[in-house]
Amino acid sequence: MRPYLAVLSARFRMLLQYRAAALAGCATQLFWGLIRVMIFEGFYLSSAAPQPMSFPQVVTYIWLGQGMLLLTMFGPDAEVRAMIQAGTIAYELVRPVRLYWLWYCRAIAARFAPLLLRAVPILIVAGVFFGMRAPASRGCAALWILSTAAAVLLTSSVATLMTISLFWTISGEGMNRIAPAIIWTFSGLLIPLPLLPNWVQPAIRVLPFRGMGDTPFRVYMGHIPPEQALLAVAHQLAWTAALVLLGQWILNRGLRRLVVQGG
Amino acid sequence: MCALTRGAVLRARKKLSMCAHPMSSIRHGSACAPLLYFRYIGISIRSQMQYRASFLMMSLGMFLITATEILSIWALFSRFGSLRGWRLEEVALFYGIVSTAFAIAESVSRGFDLFDRMIRTGGFDRLLLRPRSTAFQVAAGDWQLMRVGRLAVGLIALTWAGLKLDVRWFPGGLALAALAILCAACLFYGLFVLQATLTFWTVEGIEIANCVTYGGNETGQYPLSIYRPWFRKFFVFVVPLACVTYFPVLAILGREDAALGTPRWFHAAAPLIGIAFLLVSLRVWQFGVRHYRSTGS
Repeated sequence: MRPYLAVLSARFRMLLQYRAAALAGCATQLFWGLIRVMIFEGFYLSSAAPQPMSFPQVVTYIWLGQGMLLLTMFGPDAEVRAMIQAGTIAYELVRPVRLYWLWYCRAIAARFAPLLLRAVPILIVAGVFFGMRAPASRGCAALWILSTAAAVLLTSSVATLMTISLFWTISGEGMNRIAPAIIWTFSGLLIPLPLLPNWVQPAIRVLPFRGMGDTPFRVYMGHIPPEQALLAVAHQLAWTAALVLLGQWILNRGLRRLVVQGG
Repeated sequence: MCALTRGAVLRARKKLSMCAHPMSSIRHGSACAPLLYFRYIGISIRSQMQYRASFLMMSLGMFLITATEILSIWALFSRFGSLRGWRLEEVALFYGIVSTAFAIAESVSRGFDLFDRMIRTGGFDRLLLRPRSTAFQVAAGDWQLMRVGRLAVGLIALTWAGLKLDVRWFPGGLALAALAILCAACLFYGLFVLQATLTFWTVEGIEIANCVTYGGNETGQYPLSIYRPWFRKFFVFVVPLACVTYFPVLAILGREDAALGTPRWFHAAAPLIGIAFLLVSLRVWQFGVRHYRSTGS
């Protein structure tokens, strides 16, 4: 366990260095959030029909989405890709650690550090100036943190799976381009999932993507009531476990046929 | 630029011994700028087509991301019915014009988009030595083909809106739409030029400029009247995005301006401000070039 924690904290501290870039990014995301809030305000003012979410809830949802945007912006590990392309992946194989967990820890650090750097300033500014509400209750806040942690584990398992697929695709460029379209749509980053048409809701409930954004956001505002929140977290963790097992299985197959060309 | 004779170009080339450069195939090209530009573009496209599978995947990815945008607009309309008195096909017209224009601007301004790298690596010094204007060389330096994904979605939205809307398209509506797209592309191009100009001072590319480029693309997809007053003013007077999207669409649809109360004659003429914006941006660029100091790396 210790070597994995060491990798995790080393990567985490390294990624925390990019503070100036994060600050500039925050300003951009605040601007984006404002545009989106105004667009939804326009829609809510146009219709008196009851909606699955109230406008203040949508505002909070949007700001949580902007704060946690980097959680869902992921692809294969760029450094591992460079290693695979250069052949230095051989060094990774001789390390006395399980490769899957090494990469998984790197993925967690890569999600978690930028998440902290951006989420904190954005949520504070949005809360003070732009109408984001506080958690529905103290219980909701605790469950929100739990669910966000589960979301980090879930997205990391998908990111690791993408990294592993580099054994076959090498460049991973295509995956990098296509994955965001699916992830953003089905995790609620594009529009809050409850506002999508009713006929896609059953599919959304089953798919893992809602656990990357929608679940923690709705737990925060009590839109998923606290008594159901644990079930939602279980959904996140079940998918995480399945994707971790799948990743390990695929990695073992990949390692068996791996040929490192001298270089 | 056309005034430079071929002899002068050849002398300059010899002096700087740049024949090893990949562009040396242009040696006998005419000295006229447009022709040279298309030679550059041709080279850029051919190099991108060397990785055909990657190009196809990237274009498809771009198409999917943009398609989810318009699908989400559709989903919102199917839930809320209308947007402050605007119908889906009207918003689709906004979306089509701004996306098409943005896709064009994005693909032709790639050189400016990547300009911070050129500053950091000192590659800009080399450009200064060549007998062509710097803006021209940066503009022709790269050309991004994968934006066809966004272009396709924009054109689909435009076509759908065109068929759905009850507008007299021939000849006025069509001409206005084409003018709006052209001028909006100029505006976005001007923004990319300004963004690149900033790196003369900042060296690092700054993400905050995305607010007006990508953020402008997002904003322009909806009618200006739905936004708050300060935001509308920003996109009319500071970044004249509304002049190239909102006003011409009002003219096409024959609607009144509920946001600012501008007169009708202005709606059709407003897009020209986009071209003026590009010209001003290029002047600012020249100012930036005069203040350039090499990073020395």
